[in-house]
Amino acid sequence: MESLQSMLATPLGVIEWLVYLLASVIFVIGLHFMNSPKTARKGNLLSAGGMVLACAMAALVLVIKESEQGFAHAPAVGLLVAGIVLGALAGVISAKRVKMTDMPQLVSIFNTVGGGAAALVALNDVLNSQVDALTIVVLITAGLGMLIGSVTFSGSLVAAGKLQGLRWMRNLRIPAKNVFNIGFALLMFASLVMLCVNPEQRVLWSLLTCVFALCYGLVFVIPIGGADMPVVISVLNACTGTAVAMSGLAIMNIALIVAGALVGSAGVTLSIAMSKAMNRPLLSVLAGGFGSDAAGADDAGVSGTMKETTPDDVAVQLVYAQKVVFVPGFGLAQAQAQRELADLGMMLQEHGVEVSYAIHPVAGRMPGHMNVLLAEANVPYEQLVDLDDINSQFPQTSVALVVGANDVTNPAARRPGTAVSGMPILDVDKAQHVVVMKRGRGKGYAGIENELYFQDNTQMLFGDAKDGLQAVIAAVKELLA
Amino acid sequence: MVLDIVVAITLFILALLIGVEVIGKVPATLHTPLMSGANSIHGIVIVGVIIVAAHADTPLSWVFVFFAALLGTMNVVGGYVVTDRMLEMFKSTKPKQSDSDTQNK
Repeated sequence: MESLQSMLATPLGVIEWLVYLLASVIFVIGLHFMNSPKTARKGNLLSAGGMVLACAMAALVLVIKESEQGFAHAPAVGLLVAGIVLGALAGVISAKRVKMTDMPQLVSIFNTVGGGAAALVALNDVLNSQVDALTIVVLITAGLGMLIGSVTFSGSLVAAGKLQGLRWMRNLRIPAKNVFNIGFALLMFASLVMLCVNPEQRVLWSLLTCVFALCYGLVFVIPIGGADMPVVISVLNACTGTAVAMSGLAIMNIALIVAGALVGSAGVTLSIAMSKAMNRPLLSVLAGGFGSDAAGADDAGVSGTMKETTPDDVAVQLVYAQKVVFVPGFGLAQAQAQRELADLGMMLQEHGVEVSYAIHPVAGRMPGHMNVLLAEANVPYEQLVDLDDINSQFPQTSVALVVGANDVTNPAARRPGTAVSGMPILDVDKAQHVVVMKRGRGKGYAGIENELYFQDNTQMLFGDAKDGLQAVIAAVKELLA
Repeated sequence: MVLDIVVAITLFILALLIGVEVIGKVPATLHTPLMSGANSIHGIVIVGVIIVAAHADTPLSWVFVFFAALLGTMNVVGGYVVTDRMLEMFKSTKPKQSDSDTQNK
């Protein structure tokens, strides 16, 4: 690590520092613009501009230094350029191709690679420096960088797999998970301490730190249920930010420190906001067990049978209703049926039915995900109503049409002792009539039966959301013709 | 040496506070793009990779540089592109609304 004094000894060094400072300021302004949909896109572009600026400065300094040293590190620079080109290609292709419904997985994958990169920078700093250059500060910061980076690498990978719905991953169970959790946490920190105490054996201890941290990432995320995954991604995002900041401390770079800290605190703030939306303390989310431990005796309150209905019947109910509330959930997104729902909404609206969309804060797979999906289908912004405002309207609602939403409508959440207890829900059960479109009779992410489905005023329309909605639309057209 | 770490920690903590302050004001609607946008910002690690490349002397460190550059760039480029795609959709409803507004008037 270069000392601050030697870094700032030349005019170039001062300029470099100031440019990184400028880039950091741009990141803050870009994030600030994210607080309104009107300026958000500008904010993102601004932030990207800051990133280009910082990278260009770093590249310029690299070229100047290399030309002074007669291009002594040509292989490294060549590999650097190759890595950047390939990475950029992979990034653009995956970002352009991904379906909006699969967005959370992709964010998680990007988080995976970011954490991996931070861990590699820190690991490289420890392994490829002279032993006497490894001060205790470098060892601690770089050590934490590789530790946190490795945890996010494996953790985010598992999170992405779970969101993708990989069956073997969803069914994975870890016996005595607390033993493994605490065990790997202790082992990785012990290795980190050993690295700081014995920098001569740095290869052994830094590799052990990484390996144990990777294992910890796995056992940390595997027991956490899919419904809590958004919070986990946000926490891991914060971790990557912190890992980057630690790597920044190790190589004494202001851009890495500031940007990493920004992301770190942003991630923590977001995670807390999200757990509040689910009314579960952040720590209990991270302790895991949602839908894995709690399930079992929960179905006691469920009795009666589900009543099936037909698309024609649903169409009649909708057309003669005064007020209809759509309750979209992830099932809608999975079936790619946003457009059909939007079309149905438009037809009913034109017929004089009042239509709104009830948006649960964690509908979809991430907060605000459903807003993105419905915006894509051109649903007018003012028809999207959030939880607090829509709940008082359900008693006046003629028909609530639930499409692919499950746990967020389960009245069991109002009682203590179930897997969804305490989670804020949409009071769909208070509507005059409820129609639930659902793929099958399976349970939701929380792994328990939804009591809503067994109510007297609830009718079920089983099948794919897209096919079902198309059938309903056809029936509505016939009625209106 | 002490000076360095004190300066660095000061920067770190102040940046943490700014992050809390700025993010607290973002509405839940924008949390997904925000998460994705913040996700691309930690791609700044690529700057670290570029700096490290200037000291990479051994084949092992070349391997590190290559993979770190690959992963970091994927993070930063993909992150910004995907966030832009999301935010574009938020924008697309706006002009339509204003169009219908003007028509109504």
